[in-house]
Amino acid sequence: MRFAAAFALILALAGPAFAVDPSERLADPALEERARVVSEELRCLVCQNQSIDASDAQLARDLRVLVRERIAAGDSDDEVRDFLVARYGEFVLLKPRAHGVGLMLWVLPPALLLIAGLGLFLAVRRRTAIPAGTRLTAEEEAALKALSQEGDGKPTP
Amino acid sequence: MIVEFGHFALILALAVAVAQSVLPIAGSIRRDPALMAVAPRASVVQLLLVVIAFAALTYAYLVSDFSLLNVVENSHSQKPLIYKISGVWGNHEGSMLLWVLILALFGAAVALFGGNLPATLKANVLAVQGWISTAFLAFILTTSNPFLRLAKPPIEGQDLNPVLQDIGLAIHPPLLYLGYVGFSIAFAFAVAALIEGRIDAAWARWVRPWVLAAWIFLTAGIAMGSYWAYYELGWGGFWFWDPVENASLMPWLAGTALLHSAVVMEKREALKVWTVLLAILAFSLSLLGTFLVRSGVLTSVHAFATDPTRGVFILAILCLFIGGGLALFAFRAGSLSQGGLFAPVSREGALVLNNVFLTVAAGVVLFGTLVPLIVSAFGGAISVGAPYFNTVFGPLFGATLLVVPLGPLLAWKRGDLLGALQRLSVVFVLAALVALVVAWLNGATHLLAAVGLGVAVWVLVGAFAELWTRARFREAGLATGFRRLVGLPRSAYGTALAHAGLGVTLMGIVVTSAFQSETIVEMKPGETATVGAYAVTFDGIHSAAGPNYSEIVASMSVRRDGVLRFVAAPSRRLYTTRQMPTSEAGIHTHGLSQFYVTLGGEGRQLGAVVVRMWDKPLVTLIWLGALVMMAGGALSLADRRLRVGAPKPARRAAPTVAAD
Repeated sequence: MRFAAAFALILALAGPAFAVDPSERLADPALEERARVVSEELRCLVCQNQSIDASDAQLARDLRVLVRERIAAGDSDDEVRDFLVARYGEFVLLKPRAHGVGLMLWVLPPALLLIAGLGLFLAVRRRTAIPAGTRLTAEEEAALKALSQEGDGKPTP
Repeated sequence: MIVEFGHFALILALAVAVAQSVLPIAGSIRRDPALMAVAPRASVVQLLLVVIAFAALTYAYLVSDFSLLNVVENSHSQKPLIYKISGVWGNHEGSMLLWVLILALFGAAVALFGGNLPATLKANVLAVQGWISTAFLAFILTTSNPFLRLAKPPIEGQDLNPVLQDIGLAIHPPLLYLGYVGFSIAFAFAVAALIEGRIDAAWARWVRPWVLAAWIFLTAGIAMGSYWAYYELGWGGFWFWDPVENASLMPWLAGTALLHSAVVMEKREALKVWTVLLAILAFSLSLLGTFLVRSGVLTSVHAFATDPTRGVFILAILCLFIGGGLALFAFRAGSLSQGGLFAPVSREGALVLNNVFLTVAAGVVLFGTLVPLIVSAFGGAISVGAPYFNTVFGPLFGATLLVVPLGPLLAWKRGDLLGALQRLSVVFVLAALVALVVAWLNGATHLLAAVGLGVAVWVLVGAFAELWTRARFREAGLATGFRRLVGLPRSAYGTALAHAGLGVTLMGIVVTSAFQSETIVEMKPGETATVGAYAVTFDGIHSAAGPNYSEIVASMSVRRDGVLRFVAAPSRRLYTTRQMPTSEAGIHTHGLSQFYVTLGGEGRQLGAVVVRMWDKPLVTLIWLGALVMMAGGALSLADRRLRVGAPKPARRAAPTVAAD
């Protein structure tokens, strides 16, 4: 009996199980899979940087159940997200949408690459612009070619 | 008494640091060797003083001196010995002390091993180290003093956060700090070079070993932290894109870029200005990481605003060093001479491309980490989590990985892209074959995994293409080729290994993410459930007591192919002092794969528990890859050409790599 008491105590303190309790799951595996994918992109609002799929918190559980209710009721993934955003604001999305500040988050990475690429291109062009006087004349070019071909012929020991 | 000694030593260390920051610079300006000679001595004395302070705090933890506020808040007399020691840095004050200890360690190392540095450069470098020490020692003594006494000591302490009571805490922070703080040397060298207005290939040669060492430690720290989170947090993830993790990833990305640009500078005297800038950026990102983690700004911007003493102090340090460093760069970078020219398609060009990708990646992580903080400072709320980072960082880093095998095959100055691609054709065919087979076996659902695995093979096998090419087996025959292979410098092997490590890690990430199986099920004793290739029988449950916790432990027989492989014992613990529950996973390593099980709460049926388990194929490759990268770094560090400390070629190590 002492064991049972300890067991109950620890489990009680340990809180309501953990992420995705079997009892929450939808019967239809396809719908359940969709629910998992959507849940992974929704923030557990009271946790630090955890999705509702991974969190033990009561709120996360409530949201998981809510997501499954909406999906079972025939909502599309986007409709589920819209529903949650309407209730909790953009904060609930771990993957921000592309408007407002969120737009910056999506534009910046390609913009950075573009700017870096452009800078690189300009730097290369500036550096490879060889002053006219230093270019080889046609004769020198030919002589150089002859020399290098001569070298190719015999393998160096 | 001992604690007061420690406190006093720390104050003295600050005084020494102030002297170290001023006198050597004055010496270098006035060409006074006596003043410049203060620098190495001050660094060593400073190290001794900080060691005394750190030892005193450790002593207080060991004897559970509850007259110290810091010990009361973070220790308990019943806590196991190892956690009493690691608990010293398992809190804000102690971890800042560890930070300063490592800083002093690096300063003293430069003083002791930098015998071949020009006197003025050495004096200036150590002076800059002195500035950093001064700032952080002042921070500790004014806002985060671990030596504060209590007038009325309690009988018992409040124990350490249970999540931190793990061997991971003993190893992870010191490694991470060795990496973070190691970049301070690169920063100090960069600032010293800017002050002198002179920089050459030798500079890169002096800096490179330090950067490499810091990079190895940072790699180790990140990998160790990742594995710790994986087994301790209990939901089987290995990277969460948590701001704390991002804080360590950013300096790693910048440090990796620095490592590569320093090579260009050493070999070709090119990219000087850029290398100096990267050195400043790498350390700036380390400081930023320290700020993010230590100021409490992550937990809540509002908590930070209500008690801002610490945060504002670190922010001031941050602005001073980053702003000062960049301002100095803006002023003086023009005076640094430009280096050698190179064609776009060349080894240099490839390394520049690597730098572009890595810095953009660092920028993306930086932006994604800071945006939520900035938005919330203005009263808004936005989340930037794992799904965002995976979408953006994945392709970016994937593109970086594609060019990794190419770089080493291109010649300096002007490379032959077609030739390099030709030499990689076998690797390409192999990678494509792997991708096709994976796609064919798994159908359209795992297309991304097929591509990822192809890239992993491309990087992993391609990493050795340079060695293969340089050995020239085809022309020289087996014996000569083999002799050539053995004779290649260690740094070539280092490069190959480090790059191969990337491929190994990628393989682990792709296979685990795409092909793991998960089962969440309610089980009663005697029942069996399957996950992946494993059949798991729940044998029963019992309670047990640890030194400072009580727990329930489930016993689960794990069978594979009908053979009993392992009895897993996942448990849920309750740490008595803090009344805080934790979940301990049961993990069984099978080859390179792992079986992972955690215990949930009570099930619906009487006597049943909820069990979550995974079959994680090749998951260990994620961290083994990091080990391979580190081995590559260490090998490169061991290359005698890189050790400027060995300028006396008294005896050439007999036929190159005589295994020593």
